[in-house]
Amino acid sequence: MNEDFEPKIVAFLCNWCAYVGADLAGTSRIQYPPNVRIIRMMCSGAVDPVYVIKPLLDGADGVLIGGCHPGDCHYQEGNYKARRRVAILKNILRQMGFDEERIWLRWISASEGQVFAETVTAMVKALKEKGPNPLKELWGT
Amino acid sequence: MKVRKFLEVKEGDTLATLRGFLQRLLEKEIVEALLVPLEAPSGDTVMPALVKEPARLEKANPLAPVMPVNAARLVSSLTIGKPKEKIGALLRSCEIRALIELVKLQQAHLENLMIIGLDCLGTYEVTDYAKLISSEDGSPTMGLVRGAKEGSLSPHEGYQFRSACRICEYPVPQNTALTIGLLGVDGKRILVEAQEELAERLELTEGEAASREEVIKKLVEARIEERDRLFAQFRERVVDIRGLLAQFSTCTGCYNCTVACPICYCKECLFRTSTFEHESDRYLRWAQRKGAIQMPTDTLLFQLTRLNHMVTSCVGCGMCESACPSDIPLTTIFRAVGQEVQAMFDYLPGRSLEDELPLATFKEDELTELGETQ
Repeated sequence: MNEDFEPKIVAFLCNWCAYVGADLAGTSRIQYPPNVRIIRMMCSGAVDPVYVIKPLLDGADGVLIGGCHPGDCHYQEGNYKARRRVAILKNILRQMGFDEERIWLRWISASEGQVFAETVTAMVKALKEKGPNPLKELWGT
Repeated sequence: MKVRKFLEVKEGDTLATLRGFLQRLLEKEIVEALLVPLEAPSGDTVMPALVKEPARLEKANPLAPVMPVNAARLVSSLTIGKPKEKIGALLRSCEIRALIELVKLQQAHLENLMIIGLDCLGTYEVTDYAKLISSEDGSPTMGLVRGAKEGSLSPHEGYQFRSACRICEYPVPQNTALTIGLLGVDGKRILVEAQEELAERLELTEGEAASREEVIKKLVEARIEERDRLFAQFRERVVDIRGLLAQFSTCTGCYNCTVACPICYCKECLFRTSTFEHESDRYLRWAQRKGAIQMPTDTLLFQLTRLNHMVTSCVGCGMCESACPSDIPLTTIFRAVGQEVQAMFDYLPGRSLEDELPLATFKEDELTELGETQ
């Protein structure tokens, strides 16, 4: 494991739960690694596969998708649809020879600042073990 | 209940008999217009045409083993505005399956539409068909029609069928109002399956096609063997990142595949908008970061995104591959990847209107590990 390697994570967090959870982590001054770039979405169900694939092809080391816990979606069922979409995306990328474990889907509620911090910490650790995304170096994408 | 009847082939001319049958559909006003392949005035291909005048059917040739477009797209155009007249559409199995998906995607309607299915004996690339029809060897069609009885559908020497056809498990159309059958039927007759009420109006005769199911079973088994061989080859090729890049390295971003695909229906495709027209500075910044970037950019992103968007509904008609100027083996890629993804939801595209599109529905108690902290 290369200790100097700092993975870059792009996170798509839903406006109603995971983003508020991340905000709570900040206002509660919970420490978590600064490796994550957060993009606020209205719903995890609005995360099209293209948003996840683009950063990975451009060399991001991981993509985190955060949504409300099952049953808690602000739009009733967006997170259930996100779950199917992410399952399909991960399956396709695995079949196409890409490491699907660079994509994480996590349910984080508005009150779970601690869970958000722990998720980012765990993801950074897992990505450090994997090493850099090989697509960082390849130009043919 | 559907009944199985027959058309007597007149003077050994299957095509003329079929043309006469189609003319009767119009003359008896069973349908008021027919979407059917007509021989083009140029003589080197057939193109689907919407026919109102029965005499025009003298040039109908649904048997020609060529498929310039997947006609499900045309049925979408014809029915999206809800036609006031009854339209009959003579389609191959893959076209009907694509149509079923389009109906579920709310891009076509079945009201005032009669789906007429025809056993598919395989198709050549458009350019190969044009070569064959103008060569001195005679019609590329009749050899296949003769072979249909035994299910021995060999392509013309020195040619092959489109790859989608070589691995197609559905030579016989489903979800039809009327099926025209050739497989396992002796050349003296053409099989017609329809609801009893409709069959009575079609001047059909009694008969038997005892070996039909057996012939179809044998044909499908051979196709599945070839399919599994291609899938295995594909899976060996894409075990890592380099395998992935190699699959799509020749994509030039022409988007022919999206035009040819019957299911890819978005009026405005993200990849053809200004989203992907970048400022000079951005290209240069990306190039700086990686040392070099491919131009045109985002071709792999396009292919992987299209795979995500289409694969649950891909019926494997292979029009994308036929349209690809770089000969990317899109049929195998989409079908092999689709096989696993579709199995996750026990979904077979084109099977039934009852099965919900996997991306439009969900179950609360599925995939429960995904999203939970491990």
